[in-house]
Amino acid sequence: MEKRVTFGKWTIGILFAVPQLILIFTFFYWPAGQAVYWSLTLQQPWGGGNIWVGLDNFRSILANADYWNSITASLIFAGISTGLAMFIALVLAALTDRQLAGSWLYRVVLIWPYGIAAPALAMAFRFILAPEAGFMAFANHFWPGFWDPGLNGADAMASVIIAFSWKYVGYNFIFFLAAFQAIPRSLIEAAAMDGSGVIRRFWDIQFPLITPTIFFLLVINITESFQDSFGIVDIMTAGGPANATNLMVYKIYSDGFKGLDYSGAAAQSIILMLLIIALTIVQFRFIERRVHYR
Amino acid sequence: MASITIRGVKKNYAKTQVVHGVDLDFASGEFVVILGPSGCGKSTLLRMIAGLEEISDGTIAIDGAVVNKLEPRERGCAMVFQNYALYPHMSVAQNIGYSLKVAGVPAAERTQRIRAVARVLELEHLLDRKPMALSGGQRQRVAMGRAMIREPKVFLFDEPLSNLDAKLRVQMRSEIRKLHRRLSATSVFVTHDQVEAMTLADRLVVMNGGRVEQVGTPADVYSRPASRFVATFVGAPAMNMLEGEVVLDGLSLLGGSRKLNVSRTGLAVGSKVAVGIRPEAVRMVAPGTPGALAATVDLIEELGAGRVIYVDLDGASFSAVTSETVHPEPGSTVGLQFAESDLHFFSSETGARLDVFKASVPAPAPATL
Amino acid sequence: MVERTPILNFFTHLILFVGFVFCVAPFVIVAVAASHNLKDVNDVPMSLLPGSDFWVNIKTAWTTTDLGPNLLNSFIMAFGVAAGKVIVSALTAFSIVYFRYPGRMLIFWLIFITLMLPLEVRIVPTYAVVANVLDPYQTIMDLTGLSWLIQKISGVQVQLSLGLLNSYSGLILPLVATATGTFLYRQFFLTVPDELTEAARMDGAGALRFFVDILLPLSRNNMAALGTIMFLWAWNQYLWPLLITTDQSHAMAVTELKQLIPNVGGAPEWHIAMAGTLIVMLPPLIVVVLMQRWFVRGLIATEK
Repeated sequence: MEKRVTFGKWTIGILFAVPQLILIFTFFYWPAGQAVYWSLTLQQPWGGGNIWVGLDNFRSILANADYWNSITASLIFAGISTGLAMFIALVLAALTDRQLAGSWLYRVVLIWPYGIAAPALAMAFRFILAPEAGFMAFANHFWPGFWDPGLNGADAMASVIIAFSWKYVGYNFIFFLAAFQAIPRSLIEAAAMDGSGVIRRFWDIQFPLITPTIFFLLVINITESFQDSFGIVDIMTAGGPANATNLMVYKIYSDGFKGLDYSGAAAQSIILMLLIIALTIVQFRFIERRVHYR
Repeated sequence: MASITIRGVKKNYAKTQVVHGVDLDFASGEFVVILGPSGCGKSTLLRMIAGLEEISDGTIAIDGAVVNKLEPRERGCAMVFQNYALYPHMSVAQNIGYSLKVAGVPAAERTQRIRAVARVLELEHLLDRKPMALSGGQRQRVAMGRAMIREPKVFLFDEPLSNLDAKLRVQMRSEIRKLHRRLSATSVFVTHDQVEAMTLADRLVVMNGGRVEQVGTPADVYSRPASRFVATFVGAPAMNMLEGEVVLDGLSLLGGSRKLNVSRTGLAVGSKVAVGIRPEAVRMVAPGTPGALAATVDLIEELGAGRVIYVDLDGASFSAVTSETVHPEPGSTVGLQFAESDLHFFSSETGARLDVFKASVPAPAPATL
Repeated sequence: MVERTPILNFFTHLILFVGFVFCVAPFVIVAVAASHNLKDVNDVPMSLLPGSDFWVNIKTAWTTTDLGPNLLNSFIMAFGVAAGKVIVSALTAFSIVYFRYPGRMLIFWLIFITLMLPLEVRIVPTYAVVANVLDPYQTIMDLTGLSWLIQKISGVQVQLSLGLLNSYSGLILPLVATATGTFLYRQFFLTVPDELTEAARMDGAGALRFFVDILLPLSRNNMAALGTIMFLWAWNQYLWPLLITTDQSHAMAVTELKQLIPNVGGAPEWHIAMAGTLIVMLPPLIVVVLMQRWFVRGLIATEK
């Protein structure tokens, strides 16, 4: 889409874009370029000079079991938390869309978790899921050793997944509800006149019509699970136990800032970047029917 | 008050040309209506006068000064837009006064001028309202006020009435006319509605396909359409058009199925022509009346004051407006009659009007078949 | 809805209610835990009836983590980022929608691609840039020989250096650029009728005048929506402030929360931790509740 009417003096026009251009150059493109450069060199932290090493950094991290462990953990985390957050949100939104008495309450309240900072909710869940205090202690009381995220990797992973999903159910809910409400009432009524029941209508009418939203959320949730998980992991498990929750971003952070392995961290950044680029491209390939970014 | 001179004006978009060399002269204080179907280039022409659209070729001069390179604000034109284009976040007073604010007119003078304009347009009680809270007619008046306050040399109207309902449109039409009489600024009004065009114009410009088809008074354009396009475009219901060929003793119509005996047309035998007859000029007579054209009634449209009768003439559709108390039944046969002087001739190839019967002006005898 | 079957309605209510409980429970548990004393909070199971130490715990959490100044810092940062994004993206969108110039599409794509470069993946080099924001320009001058030229001509050795660690600018500026916001405005600007622009031009307004007098007032809803989302987003930033602010005076509320995690071996002071959590949770929660309309509208618009 283009404007028919524009202003003539484009030399002035371009000035309006300059602030953003400076920002993205300084804080996006330069660092991204830097990351590429570092990933191909061996860099001493804070000066010292770089030695060109080609793809050695990539080779060494790809040969590292810890890194593969981190990728596996990230994928498990992304898969389960996205599935959980989207499924619950879809059910709740579909039911809220039935607009029974009191549905406004859900519309208002279910969004709240999304406003909460990841570290804050991680703190809350760290307490709620603590093995020695909170509520899981109750379960441990009956089955000793049933739950201990401090020692058991699976329990730790479950904890961060629960915390993340709790936040993103609200986010997904907003989008699903909007998508359901965008379906013309007359379509549902026509289907009802055609004799199809509630479940049938959901699968035949509503579900196909909200697939673009499902797809959009799928990509966003996965991308966010790579990014927004940092605060949750840092507060709840610090990557442990035994690297069970050492997700990709967390590993980049700990390798780069704690291990001061800039080149390794840069190489990992590049790989994560490629993953996110791939996801974004997939998203826009599918959504381009609806959106024309020209 | 200002005259407008348009010379060889063209407009090209990337590849397509939408205005093909237009020459027009609008006299000072004249109310000119540019009429044409959508996409004929009339709005583009208006917007080129306004300065909203670049002129690809040719010149436009206002009061003798070429304005091609001037910004809209420097041309002394004001414009009333189709969708009114009122600033939704500003009150009526702010909308009307915005151009003065931009020009740096002091607040006190501004208020005074806004009041004066509002008084003329009877908007005084609405000055603090937002456009959202106005009716269609009121918005229209605000849009007019915004144009008036600048005391422009030229008023430009881009289909300003097309968003109003029928009743309001008639009312606004007469208000615009009255306003023009009062301000007597040169006005250019673009529309696709021929009734609007006929009632408003001092002079009518009919455009089609990026070209000017005819310039003249409304009565002129109606009674002597310069081309087949103008003939069918102006007038409702549209003029009937029958394809024919000039033969020795008259006209052969509809591929030879009918023959029309007319006086010598002065056209070469064998010329292909289109013959036009206005539905208003058709007389309904009893079937079998000598010299009447027999046709089958298809459909009758009741207008209240009269009725439109659509008949079938060997497969060609033909209409007649009648106020007489004739009540033909659909399916029945009727006779059609018309005067030779009511026939319009157009070249089948170029569509241009052909001047005929030069020797034998008013031929009162009914054309016979 | 079409059907009104009691059984269906019952299950709808039931499931929604369960969802509601799961959504609200963590807030309730945090609030209740924040009101217990050390013994009660560690009871198994913890009592869900509020204790009496709420204000004491809040006060303790407030002082131990210096929450007063930290909350202020968080506000400054969140407000700065939100305002910056609202302004910068409006300017950019205006430029790419209302002007035709060579390279316009390039700018559009340059901004678009930043969507694929989240802070988390360029965190280390971005940190290095903030340590000296002029380093990119110094490097460019060095590589192009410009520094050498300047030194030859003027005898001055170019040494550009401006460190932004532990400063508000360092916290805020790298987060201000926004593709989402730019596209949001762009979508909105494209829906502004062309006639309005033409009317403004006929009224004598130039580009800047039109932007300030017409476009910005019309964008109010947009700005509120974008501002709300971005305020929350910035408030909830964790990794970036964690890196950039090493001194206490610039610390954020969210990052300081970590201090409240009970130490292994220390007293499990969950009541204090939850009091702190509650305080940090509250501002964004209030924003969500008050600005819900804008928040939801803004979020939905980002899908477009």
